[in-house]
Amino acid sequence: MTLRPSTVAIVVVSTLAAAFVGCFIDAHFIVERTALDLAQTQTLATRLGLADLALFTEARYTRHPVQADLHSAFQDHPLALEHFPSGSLLPPHYEPLVRETTTPD
Amino acid sequence: MLATLDYHRSRLASGVTVARSASRPSGLGAARRPDCTVGASMIELRDVKKAFNQGQHNEYWALSGITLNLEAKRVTALRGPSGSGKTTLLTLIGCLARPTSGRVSLHGRDISGLPERFLTEIRRQTFGFVFQQFNLIRGMSALENVMLPAFPTGRAHRELVERADALLERLRLTHRRDARAEWLSGGEQQRVAIARALINDPEVLIADEPTANLDTALAKEFMAILEGFGAEGRTVILTSHDPLVVESAAVHRVIDMRDGLLVEQ
Amino acid sequence: MSPWFEKQRHLIDFTLASLARRKGRHLGLLVVFALLVFALASAMLFAHALRHEAQQILDGAPEIVLQKLVAGRHDLIPPGTIERISGMRGVQQVHGRLWGYYYDPVVKANYTFLVPPDNSIQPGTLVIGPALARQRGLAPGTGISLRSYSGALYSFAIAAVLPQASELASADLLLVSEADFRAFFSYPADHYTDIALSVANPAEVRNIANKLAKLLPDSRPILREEIQRTYASIFDWREGIMLALLSAAILAFAILAWDKASGLSADEKREIGILKAIGWETGDIIKMKFWEGALISLIAFLVGFIAAYVHVFHFGAPLFEPVLKGWSVLYPRFVLTPVIDGLQVATLFFFTVFPFLAATLVPIWRAAVTDPDAVMRT
Repeated sequence: MTLRPSTVAIVVVSTLAAAFVGCFIDAHFIVERTALDLAQTQTLATRLGLADLALFTEARYTRHPVQADLHSAFQDHPLALEHFPSGSLLPPHYEPLVRETTTPD
Repeated sequence: MLATLDYHRSRLASGVTVARSASRPSGLGAARRPDCTVGASMIELRDVKKAFNQGQHNEYWALSGITLNLEAKRVTALRGPSGSGKTTLLTLIGCLARPTSGRVSLHGRDISGLPERFLTEIRRQTFGFVFQQFNLIRGMSALENVMLPAFPTGRAHRELVERADALLERLRLTHRRDARAEWLSGGEQQRVAIARALINDPEVLIADEPTANLDTALAKEFMAILEGFGAEGRTVILTSHDPLVVESAAVHRVIDMRDGLLVEQ
Repeated sequence: MSPWFEKQRHLIDFTLASLARRKGRHLGLLVVFALLVFALASAMLFAHALRHEAQQILDGAPEIVLQKLVAGRHDLIPPGTIERISGMRGVQQVHGRLWGYYYDPVVKANYTFLVPPDNSIQPGTLVIGPALARQRGLAPGTGISLRSYSGALYSFAIAAVLPQASELASADLLLVSEADFRAFFSYPADHYTDIALSVANPAEVRNIANKLAKLLPDSRPILREEIQRTYASIFDWREGIMLALLSAAILAFAILAWDKASGLSADEKREIGILKAIGWETGDIIKMKFWEGALISLIAFLVGFIAAYVHVFHFGAPLFEPVLKGWSVLYPRFVLTPVIDGLQVATLFFFTVFPFLAATLVPIWRAAVTDPDAVMRT
């Protein structure tokens, strides 16, 4: 008696579904295992008052994208999507910001 | 050849031997088997008409008023030239289509007005079809093809395989069980089609021009199978204009048709 | 087994047997489909994990950073400013930060000099970030000479290297004592780079920022909330670019799937006719096709997602890293913590599985309602 195609399908789909669930379980365990590392990084960031990730170290004006600097290409809008705001396709997500609440004289 | 035929006939007929040479007593087949409840009208058609492309310029009336009773446990043949409406009549009897006007009833129940879903259910339970072109599904094995009509019934797989195997064995096809449909010869294809028609154990077997695509030897083989059904007491309705079929002893009743009407005898 | 279940299995048997007849074609479709899900899921998983990581780390950022502007440009905080702010109600802690950039021509990378708020570094020593240590081959106990912007050469001993685990936030840091910092950069005494404030009541942050803006009209407060939102935007934007690039692939696949699914061949139409004639209902045929679409898309989705998960979280997303993270000389090495957004996964599921199902089912609907006697007529 040959294997029914539906048996193959059920086995394949349930194996994949188990692996899919496995991804979430695996993620859970990794998160637990690395919780200490994260806590360490957080402590360091708090201690040093770090406000930026060290992801964009290629130039001075990109190192701290959220903080205006003498060399920043774009200093004012803290929601800048790009160093040159006109380069992005969409305007940044807008919420009234503190400094803009001051009414003009 | 005859020897094999006789052998199979006797197997098919479950021991009941039907004399091949027995001549038919006049036109309609009389009760030849006393254990048969013949004459009990199973399918009734009342002034049935069928039009195609109704209301359009190419409107065509395939049937123009048929009134007919078909008895259970008999082999009935519809005879007529092509275009006489015999295939259309077969589709109405087999619940494949609904008449444009008139009534079709099965066991006294009017089925001409039923919605498709119920019609399909009745068709599946009551009728098995053997088409002129056999219409097997290509790329699938003989066994799978035989099992197809039973799939929507949800019967257990093992049971289906057993039944299909039994049918294939009965039709001497066990050795071709796993062969794909397109690898089968014409005769084998027809026998697979017959097995497929029988998988749901229908009351009525419907065959459209069963010998049209077969040579004489294969046609004779088919007639042997048909005789077996007749002997079993299965209701068979077929169309044919092949003398080999309509003049055969296996056929109990022949109905002549022409131009969408019955030819009165 | 119930008849319903057995029937579905029969329909699956049939649909798989009919798929197997054009094995190459359908396997190809499955592979392309899975690749598409893989690419989309990789981009989503990566960007979400990175966003999450950034949010977590930046939770420790100062609540408000105050910068001074001169003629709209960033300037040093002059003496006296910190004292003016310290007395404000609601402000818990104020301290002047000292930090700056240094370009190292040896490795052609930018470093960030920073004086820790607790000024815990011994003069003459440095605590350095892990990427920098790697790049310059430094370890505790070794030394480094740096030429300052004024031209003088300064030598430091390496006191420690920051933990590898914190690399995402500290890759290029050089922690230095205040005295060394001021000497190295010729930084004017009592001036600071900017001011970090902590606020007692988080709900008051905006009010205090407002008051600061009024008190010091030449200053610019940056809120932690804004910092976190900016990072979220950066990764959103990079993910968006990635998805925009992939949208061409999505469209191509949509065309392929539509063509495959909607262009019913004459053979398939004939088969549907046969099935109807031998007793299948319209519903049975649609269910059979449903299983075809469901199995192909479900398997493709699962394979694609699982591959993406392994790719991103166990192999570090080598295929998409450059697009999603950017590049630099001192690139931080870090392993992303796998945080999966269920909603995102659900969205991906709906946008891949359902359109494919629809593309399979819609054309079959038209074919399946043909009269069952069509087979006899031809």
